Amino acid sequence: MTTQALSYLFVGASFALYIGIAIWSRASSTRDFYVAGGGVHPVVNGMATAADWMSAASFISMAGIIAFTGRDGSVYLMGWTGGYVLLALLLAPYLRKFGRFTVPDFIGERYYSQAARIVAVICLIFISFTYVAGQMRGVGIVFSRFLEVEVGTGVVIGMAVVFMYAVLGGMKGITYTQVAQYCVLIFAYMVPAIFISIMVTGNPVPQLGFGSEINDGSGLSVLQKLDKILLDLGFNEYTAGSKSTIDIFAITAALMFGTAGLPHVLVRFFTVPRVSDARLSAGYALVFIAILYTTAPAVASFARLNLVDTVHDTAYSDAPDWFSNWENTGLVAWQDKNKDGVMQYGAGAALYPDKPAFTDARGIHGERLLSNVATSNDNEVYIDRDIMVLANPEIASLPGWVIALVAAGGVAAALSTAAGLLLVISSAVSHDLLKQTLMPQINEKQELLFARAAAAVAVCVAGLFGIYPPGFVAQVVAFAFGLAAASLFPALLLGIFSKRTNKQGAIAGMLAGLVFTFAYIVHFKFIAPTLNTADHWLWGISPEGIGAIGMLLNFTVALTVSHLSEEPPESVQKLVDNIRIPSGGKANRDY
Amino acid sequence: MNNKIDNSNTAETTKQHQNYWRANLRLMAKLLLIWFSVSFGLGIVMADWLDQFSIAGFKLGFWFAQQGAIYVFVLLIFVYAWQMKILDRQYGVDDKANQLAEDESFKRLDS
Repeated sequence: MTTQALSYLFVGASFALYIGIAIWSRASSTRDFYVAGGGVHPVVNGMATAADWMSAASFISMAGIIAFTGRDGSVYLMGWTGGYVLLALLLAPYLRKFGRFTVPDFIGERYYSQAARIVAVICLIFISFTYVAGQMRGVGIVFSRFLEVEVGTGVVIGMAVVFMYAVLGGMKGITYTQVAQYCVLIFAYMVPAIFISIMVTGNPVPQLGFGSEINDGSGLSVLQKLDKILLDLGFNEYTAGSKSTIDIFAITAALMFGTAGLPHVLVRFFTVPRVSDARLSAGYALVFIAILYTTAPAVASFARLNLVDTVHDTAYSDAPDWFSNWENTGLVAWQDKNKDGVMQYGAGAALYPDKPAFTDARGIHGERLLSNVATSNDNEVYIDRDIMVLANPEIASLPGWVIALVAAGGVAAALSTAAGLLLVISSAVSHDLLKQTLMPQINEKQELLFARAAAAVAVCVAGLFGIYPPGFVAQVVAFAFGLAAASLFPALLLGIFSKRTNKQGAIAGMLAGLVFTFAYIVHFKFIAPTLNTADHWLWGISPEGIGAIGMLLNFTVALTVSHLSEEPPESVQKLVDNIRIPSGGKANRDY
Repeated sequence: MNNKIDNSNTAETTKQHQNYWRANLRLMAKLLLIWFSVSFGLGIVMADWLDQFSIAGFKLGFWFAQQGAIYVFVLLIFVYAWQMKILDRQYGVDDKANQLAEDESFKRLDS
């Protein structure tokens, strides 16, 4: 069978599995729809959280970014795992004890204010739509390359599948499909990683492999060899960073605190039966996540090494198939600056503007011609970072079924996260906006109907993002973290740990953090992208890391305003005392 | 809250709960200190200095940033869950206590 036929088979079979699970686990009550009935086993919840968490950004983009940025890529590794420690220690158990349906529920109740609830809903919708946009681009990439359908068609198919299980099953459907999706994606990630690790070093454990000696007789380890060849090509050393320490610090912090403030992750801890389960479940989630996250840097270094080996100083006519396959999707390009028919790869942007603009014509070697201006450096090759994980098995010439598996894994990662995000958007609309604020008279059955309708609308909006995609998957997603760190995280943390914080403080803090972070990102990324350099940044902190400063601003404003206004009412202080104690909650005994 | 499950009115339980909270905060502070040290400390601020040492073929600072910190994070959460289970029992605030009362209050709150 051809690789493409295998890809159809694997992706099709995984879709059938997800839909089967969706039909089996239909939601029959709002409790089912919002929190899967509240009886999910901590290990199951951990696995679902991991799939929910590991998005197209983790699966498709992260290793690619690390491959191209080396040491600097560590911010994603530490940032996207370290947040779970904060989650397990500072938030999850207390939110579980509070035990309602949504994150705005907690904020509305704790800050005894519908206004606070609405602000939380706004933050949540901002964060979740930013995040979902990244997923849809991931789905589009996989479909266009492996199934060779139009990106638009691919997105519509993906959306139809998410629609099936998110709208029918709600949290219950999503939880069990996410368990299946985790299995698919982790298997798809590990198989090629192990294969490549064995091929390059003989060590079957990728986590150890990228420090092991490479089996080409050079006596160097993978990282040493990589440092050496990258230096030769004019890049920085792979294991040395190029970003400033303060920026690395800020980005890591924004990603960590953002992780702990992401509504679609937080809501997963409402689904376990007990407070102690919430703590344990965060641990299991991180174990499942760490399997991929400790493999990703290994994949990154193998991929970079193989890429340089196969591309640099290779005649275009001798280039492997994967090069022209990806060239056809527009994610790889070659501009023969010195007219020698050989691809030279090196430091610096090959093209101006950065992204290739293809004309319809082909050059004398069969390459797609570009209308970009050639830059003055020697680099002739443009490679989109997002393709590294997907192209890696092809670059390493692994068998077709491994490549098909990676396609199915990429789709699983994107769909599982998209579904989780769509669910929190729809429950924020149906539960917090309609039931709790605008239409309190609706009964449970109507609320469930509204929840399904909201999910359906959110699916369509997400689909539009997929067809008209924004930039890099991981970059877009990184902004969602900044916004979460600057808006929701401080409000949640103070709600639990500071009885003195009142509604005025929380609302002012959330708004200050959100507006500041949003304005900073929009200013540097969209209004004045030419000023987006360290000289113009506030204290040398890039837009990716500004969420950390937004968070500090939120804390400062919230605490100051709270101390200048009256104490929260007695009943709220009692509520805080109550959530700090595990016993006496509304527990579910059965898993 | 209903008085059947909320027995925090008595001064003694309140005191007990305050001690439990303080013990929790102490444990949290210790673990978060480790959390901060392995990531922001060893993985970022100290990383360049640590790179002069090596472990299993990796420069040490690089290893902490791309591997070590993550392993420590996993350990920290399980240590917290385990230690809190002990504290919960010690201070009589285990979430398995009062199961019957819980189920009743659960029905009330849900309706």
